[in-house]
Amino acid sequence: MSDHGTAEGHALDHAHQFDDAEQQRDASTLGMWVFVAQEILFFGGLFTAYTVYRSAHPEAFAHASHHLDIMLGGFNTVVLIASSLTMALAVHAAQLGKRGGQVLFLLLTMALGSVFLGVKLIEYGHKFHEGFVPGPNFTYPGSEARYAEMFFSLYFAMTGLHALHMVIGIGILAVLVAMALRGRFGPAYYTPVEVSGLYWHFVDIVWIFLFPLLYLIGRH
Amino acid sequence: MMEDTTRGTNYLNAEYGVKSWLLTTDHKRIAMLYLISVTAMATLGGLFALFVRLELLTPAGDLFQSDTYNKLFTMHGILMVFFFLIPSVPAVLGNFLVPMMVGARDLAFPRINLLSWYLYVIGAAFVLFALFTGGVDTGWTFYTPYSTSYANTNVIPAALGIFVAGFSSILTGLNFIVTIHRMRAPGLTWFRLPLFIWAHYATSVIQILGTPVIAITILLVAAERSLHLGIFDPKLGGDPVLFQHLFWFYSHPAVYIMILPSMGVTSEIITCFSRKSIFGYSFVAASSMAIAVLGFIVWGHHLFVSGQSVYAAFVFSILSFLVAIPSAVKVFNWTATLYKGSISLDAPMLYALGFIGLFTIGGLTGLFLSTLGTDVHVHDTYFVVAHFHYIMVGGAIMGYLGGLHFWWPKMTGRMYAETPAKVSALIVFIGFNLTFFPQFIVGYLGMPRRYHFYPDEFQVLNVMSTAGASILGIGYLLPFFYFFWSLRHGALAPANPWKAAGLEWKTPSPPPTFNFDQTPIVREEAYAYPLREAEVV
Repeated sequence: MSDHGTAEGHALDHAHQFDDAEQQRDASTLGMWVFVAQEILFFGGLFTAYTVYRSAHPEAFAHASHHLDIMLGGFNTVVLIASSLTMALAVHAAQLGKRGGQVLFLLLTMALGSVFLGVKLIEYGHKFHEGFVPGPNFTYPGSEARYAEMFFSLYFAMTGLHALHMVIGIGILAVLVAMALRGRFGPAYYTPVEVSGLYWHFVDIVWIFLFPLLYLIGRH
Repeated sequence: MMEDTTRGTNYLNAEYGVKSWLLTTDHKRIAMLYLISVTAMATLGGLFALFVRLELLTPAGDLFQSDTYNKLFTMHGILMVFFFLIPSVPAVLGNFLVPMMVGARDLAFPRINLLSWYLYVIGAAFVLFALFTGGVDTGWTFYTPYSTSYANTNVIPAALGIFVAGFSSILTGLNFIVTIHRMRAPGLTWFRLPLFIWAHYATSVIQILGTPVIAITILLVAAERSLHLGIFDPKLGGDPVLFQHLFWFYSHPAVYIMILPSMGVTSEIITCFSRKSIFGYSFVAASSMAIAVLGFIVWGHHLFVSGQSVYAAFVFSILSFLVAIPSAVKVFNWTATLYKGSISLDAPMLYALGFIGLFTIGGLTGLFLSTLGTDVHVHDTYFVVAHFHYIMVGGAIMGYLGGLHFWWPKMTGRMYAETPAKVSALIVFIGFNLTFFPQFIVGYLGMPRRYHFYPDEFQVLNVMSTAGASILGIGYLLPFFYFFWSLRHGALAPANPWKAAGLEWKTPSPPPTFNFDQTPIVREEAYAYPLREAEVV
């Protein structure tokens, strides 16, 4: 993301390899965009698998999808969208140098992220009790159990990978809170908050695709 | 490493001690760390190749059991592809040279650069763990459902090793892209960049967009093995061909990760030792990007016999032919650069000329394989093995060795001994052709790959191949000796021993920690040969 170490003989507002703070900010921002491009392809493998198998077994996927809790999924969608708002407000506070606002909005974002993960954990627990975890103990009431199992394989792989990204995101936000408390961010230097925001929004957008693809099949 | 009191502070003597190396963020030192680690992995991978060739000396499978042989060629493939060829030029030469060639003090993210080396080491540790606790026998391609359901070997640690090393490659690509976009010296416009930089830019694009796909795919293989997620196993309703699609979506472009950087090296060497500017600069630069883009839409030619639809195969066949166009642009333009050049045949030039010839053979035989009917005949035979070794060994490694010789004086501040270097370049060329040319013939005659026994009539060609491999091995060992010798006894290298153009030659050898005393200003095109007297240090 960003390097803000300093070397002898160079000004303190940018790392030694850069000419000035602006070049450093441009580089960090581009770096995060390139990283996000990489992430899209990373999730892309799973989305490809999903597309292939859903088009091969549309009925089985629709039936299996009805076993997901649309209320919890919908609630989580709202939570994540709200967290994107608080993240954007944290970036804004960083640009203005308002320390209290930075800490408040970063903590709020972390809290909303944690609520999302908590709800996800409850959902996983339900699926575990209902026997929808793929493997030897998989039990399924309807027909085409094999393809329902595949749906749940993809469900756990995709939401699990997404949740892992949330956990990493919350860890990054914790570091930002510590930096914000020390007053590191202001109009001259807010790159870490900005690029972490890019990451956070990306993870949210992945969920915006996951929710309809997994929860809303055949519900129109 | 080198006690050198005769010259000023440089990146090698700025700090001492193991810690100063393991915690360095200097791109030049990280390049050296990579040089040592990829050399170690290549040596190990070469050892497995030696065992494979020894087994194939006789038609009977008498040296190893079938299971052991499967593990030998698998480990050879995994080590060479993921831990040597992919990082070789970018992580060693690219790491050292990309910031210098764009006139920057370091890469954009020096700590991420160090992180990518550690990821490489962790990935390598996983793979070595898999190796020493019983090995892997799936082939480097990990085809499902064998890898997910039937193999009894250490698939999971090997898969995790490749997963982790993949992120090393992604982060290197990310660093290069940002550095090339944002940190070029004043006056260094895109079309003044050395072609080495264009090649690395194209490579980085593939690393960013291709590598994550193999990462998720190999992770799914590990998950299917350990957690019984049904994605690829037909018993669980999955489709093994989907694995092949996802695998080759990365692993075909990965071939261009291996070859493009060596093409960049070749452009640098050919111009320097012909004392001429490159013929058709913008076409050579654009052809790198064209190869990167086309490389992403040809993967289906690995699935001609996997039950892919005829129409898909037809389209993939045509698209694969298209890759020949930018490849041929490069070969013709290098040749045109040589024309009426003032050519000197130093060791780097010998490697570069070898690259052009061997890459041409490898590329042309690739056309045989993208032809639908021919591919069905030679699929999974030694013809394929010969083809990709002409690209990867004859192409990528020749370029890597050429580059290592060319920039060795810059990297170490010492000149290597020219005569043994020329001899070794010649031995590599002869040994390489003797090893792999017979494999085209034996493959065309029908010898399949990945078997440790074969009909008697193929023995003569296999003996030739094994004999060639021994010669090739000697050719690869020689540089160890004269490179090490040069570290202590080589003549001190001047800033620009080859009288080459390019920013990296305008700073002392070895360079100071921040590369340039002042940020250079670029006022001319790349390859402004012949150099003006004042510039020849």
